[in-house]
Amino acid sequence: MKLLTANFVQCTVKACGSSPDCFPLHFDQQIPDLPLELVHEDVDFSPEFICNILPRIEWAALLTTAGELGNTQLPDAKPEIENPHAQENEQLLRDLHTLLLETQIIQGSMRCANCGHIYFIRDSIPNFLLPGHLVQ
Amino acid sequence: MTQYLILLAQKHESFRKTELEALAELERVSVDLSHHDDNVPLLYVTLDCEEDARKLIRRSILARSIFEVWGRGNSLDTLHEDVKQRTSHLWPKYKHVSFKFDVISYQGSRTKEEQREIIESFSYVDFDGPIRMRNPGEVFTIVEEYKYKTDLLPSTERRELKDICFGRFIACSQRDIIDQYDLKKRKYIGTTSFDAELALISSNIGLAAPGKIVYDPFAGTGTYTNLSIGSDIDGRQIRGTAKSNITANYSQYNIKSQFLDTFVCDFTHNPLRPSFRLDAIICDPPYGVREGLKVLGSRNAERYADKLPTRLENGDLSHLRPDYIPPKKPYHFDALLDDLLFFAAEHLVDNGRLCCWMPTANEDYGERHIPMHPDLNLISNCVQEFSKWSRRLLTYKRRPRGCTTSLRPTAKSGRVYKEQFRDKYFRGFAKAKDHESVEWTEKSL
Repeated sequence: MKLLTANFVQCTVKACGSSPDCFPLHFDQQIPDLPLELVHEDVDFSPEFICNILPRIEWAALLTTAGELGNTQLPDAKPEIENPHAQENEQLLRDLHTLLLETQIIQGSMRCANCGHIYFIRDSIPNFLLPGHLVQ
Repeated sequence: MTQYLILLAQKHESFRKTELEALAELERVSVDLSHHDDNVPLLYVTLDCEEDARKLIRRSILARSIFEVWGRGNSLDTLHEDVKQRTSHLWPKYKHVSFKFDVISYQGSRTKEEQREIIESFSYVDFDGPIRMRNPGEVFTIVEEYKYKTDLLPSTERRELKDICFGRFIACSQRDIIDQYDLKKRKYIGTTSFDAELALISSNIGLAAPGKIVYDPFAGTGTYTNLSIGSDIDGRQIRGTAKSNITANYSQYNIKSQFLDTFVCDFTHNPLRPSFRLDAIICDPPYGVREGLKVLGSRNAERYADKLPTRLENGDLSHLRPDYIPPKKPYHFDALLDDLLFFAAEHLVDNGRLCCWMPTANEDYGERHIPMHPDLNLISNCVQEFSKWSRRLLTYKRRPRGCTTSLRPTAKSGRVYKEQFRDKYFRGFAKAKDHESVEWTEKSL
């Protein structure tokens, strides 16, 4: 799972849907059986894509996720980039590209701050299926 | 304004106009296709410039090529008259370039000698450039279409010219990439992997393009192209094996950078946050024929009535074990389509498209079978027919938010779902006996 994807997903328990705590899911508590593992995976750089994705990112949630995964370098407010090809934007776009698209979460777990349910990530694929008792 | 001729593939006829309209929207080319006829493989269009002609066709799968029309007629003589009248001012421009001539015939054919005769009858254009059969600078093509006549007539009586056109070749479509994505050559496929040609056409109709986010909620062993997010309830298909998985497919086609992510989820419990916007949703939902249609939940609802997790004998919580498999229950296909429309209305950007495949039995198909949502406009309904059933590619466009809708909102609750497609399929599309027809209500879902 790419770090970017963590910014798109929330707890799937229906009762959590109305709670502000169901997003983002948290990486702060990991379980011993499934230690957090991150790798860098090269992806072709596309400044247009980063610019297209920026408006859809919930910045506060991204700060939380990146912080929990050990990156505290992000600016406090969402950068606004009008021209994806301007020289002065390149470094910022490359940094975002590396963080959002090239950071792969190979394994670990994500926790809902509202209900406490834990979602596992194994072989880079998060599993959002719910156990019987959490399905309405 | 110049007239152009598009040669269309003689396949998936009802998809051709929809694909070209989508590409015109994607490439911002203004073109009128209202006169398109599903039975005719030649489509004449008027475009602003040659650049627009190239753009319109460059991503197309169902168009073959596009020509600048130099003349048109219903016989060779009328064609020559038209060419002389319309394009004599163009002849000097091509006087010295290398060139070749081609003859393409629909529903008829010409012998080599006849072809040469026709080509030589154009000698008045007076091109002096070298004739090159390989890599010529320009290709001039005579396209003829004959009236359909039965094969039982002798060949001399069969041939009756309907339309003949002379044009300068402009560009080819990307129809040849179908081969490149051929399922037979793909590393990782499943039991219901989708035909490459129709998958590419669906992507075009969904306006998938670089930089856009396209979601396929029933991805299975692959997703449609262009920065896709895929998900499926069956983790085995999403994961594959170490060597054979979705990533292997994307690497094989060298488009790994277009692939965003996959996750395992149940569509009725989707993790994408409500505020997250998608540019398109393109999918082939499970019809319940080759793959069972299941969602999270238990057939025996009372089992989880206490809402408490299940503990194993050793005291562990069963759902925390790595080999835990959550309970699932069967679901109604029509209910899934309703869920899909609700999801699309919530998540699509304004004017974003939902393309989804739906099977219908030919005997009792009617407009009422098409699911509707007040925030989604149905913009096309293309059919691929089989003997007793068909599948349809339904395309909806998200109405811009803030517009008032005239349609009555459809409430999902309390809807009664009639017989499923799968039941008809396994009955061989024969008439149902009364006791076989089961109604599904909200409760049984």
